[in-house]
Amino acid sequence: MSAATAVLSPRLTAATTGRVLRQLRHDHRTIAMMVLLPSLLLGLLYLLWRDVPALPGQPSVFDRVGLTMLGVFPFVVMFLVTSIAMLRERTSGTLERLLTTPLSRLDLLLGYGTAFGMAAAVQALVTVTVATTLYDLEVAGSLWLVVLIAVVDAVLGVALGLLASAFARSEFQAVQFMPVIVLPQFFLCGLLVPREQMAGWLQAISDVLPLTYAVEALQEVGRSAAGTGTMWRDVGVVAGAAALALALAAATLRRRSS
Amino acid sequence: MTDAVTVTDLVVERGHRRVLHELSCTVPAGRVTGLLGPSGSGKTTLMRALVGVQRVRSGEVTVLGEPAGSPGLRSRVGYVTQAPSVYPDLTVRENARHFAALYGRGAGAADDALTAVGMTDAAGQLVADLSGGQRGRASLACALVGDPELLVLDEPTVGLDPVLRVDLWDRFHALAAAGTTLVVSSHVMDEAGRCDRLLLLREGRLLSDSTPAQLRTDSGTDDLEEAFLRLVRTQQEVGASGRGREHRSEGRARSGASRGSEQVSRA
Repeated sequence: MSAATAVLSPRLTAATTGRVLRQLRHDHRTIAMMVLLPSLLLGLLYLLWRDVPALPGQPSVFDRVGLTMLGVFPFVVMFLVTSIAMLRERTSGTLERLLTTPLSRLDLLLGYGTAFGMAAAVQALVTVTVATTLYDLEVAGSLWLVVLIAVVDAVLGVALGLLASAFARSEFQAVQFMPVIVLPQFFLCGLLVPREQMAGWLQAISDVLPLTYAVEALQEVGRSAAGTGTMWRDVGVVAGAAALALALAAATLRRRSS
Repeated sequence: MTDAVTVTDLVVERGHRRVLHELSCTVPAGRVTGLLGPSGSGKTTLMRALVGVQRVRSGEVTVLGEPAGSPGLRSRVGYVTQAPSVYPDLTVRENARHFAALYGRGAGAADDALTAVGMTDAAGQLVADLSGGQRGRASLACALVGDPELLVLDEPTVGLDPVLRVDLWDRFHALAAAGTTLVVSSHVMDEAGRCDRLLLLREGRLLSDSTPAQLRTDSGTDDLEEAFLRLVRTQQEVGASGRGREHRSEGRARSGASRGSEQVSRA
């Protein structure tokens, strides 16, 4: 049964990526929301904190929170989009059909990851450009690193979305996995309360949640001009978590069902 | 080897219910084999077992010389589910090209498949905007595109007008003439007459494996629907009286047939 799992065909993965992007292309409103919504929400945060004075020697609240949001948006959006897309594949019968073709399960999942990762890159480029020009977001490091981290966060969202969709029987359930998966990671990532000030056990939970590392990586880029070792380690942790979630998602995709 | 499919003692359970009871049958290569029976008789389950997506309890299913669902079969077997399984947010052509790519074929194969099901004019339309019958044909095109050796079609003609239905059956026979093996399910008995071979299923058991002509002769009627009903009654009486296959009460009402079986089995 798992004989075909190991097989991975770049050609079939690319075919899936192309198909998912073509589906997206027919959905203009989704594209508009994906590209513009993070910029608009970031604008709201900018206006919210514009007149709040920063503590001396500290970055402004918007610089700190706004930068972090560049990692949180793609994570949340891609999680939702992917879990719904995969649920649709399951309920429409297309998944069953795909599983009777030479397409391997990993081809399918990586195809999704690549397609939405590319969408996230566009989203991140637009949001970073808007944030640094219109909202005067201060970033010490390279903006390309911010985009890179945003894309890795998006891929993490895709991978967790694919995994979560396996446990959802309906769209109602699928959307409710969003707060389950996303909110605890957001609460504990160090943005609301610095990690050093958390209770030990909360910090321990925070240590195993991937978004913690995504946020830390962005904070590193915000502080230092060159990419730090901590930042690269954090990016590696997030990418590793995404790979793990994809592998688990592949294991939940059974060719045979009852 | 002239059998494309061999099913031996296949048992499938869904929940606590047994859907297929030690079913054995064969499907001849290069022919159109009809899988007929009432709704809930196990047709879809058997087809899912052939394409290797059905979890089976016991028994063997051999397809084109390999166990059903083997990786090597995935480019040789095409499957069309009962509900059209195509992407509603893609055009007909994009759907066909995607499945063509999965089978390692190009855009030309996709266009040919669309021509075969008469969907060339609608190729640029989104599947979401199509009628039910058109969706079904788009779904069929996505299986034809791989030029499979075995084509498993679950109720492909549901919702089609008579003209299109005849067209499709002609297409099926043309494919069979070119060497493709087809398994086509239907719950409409008037389609049974179009098959080369007939497998009649009822309540997860094989009621008969014959040809339309044979079935007509055996049952003494030209009406295949009537032939099926007579077969059901005969079977019930066989089950009731062991060897007494000549006991045939013609007076039993059609609608009483299934109720009759309960009484008989309790006796």
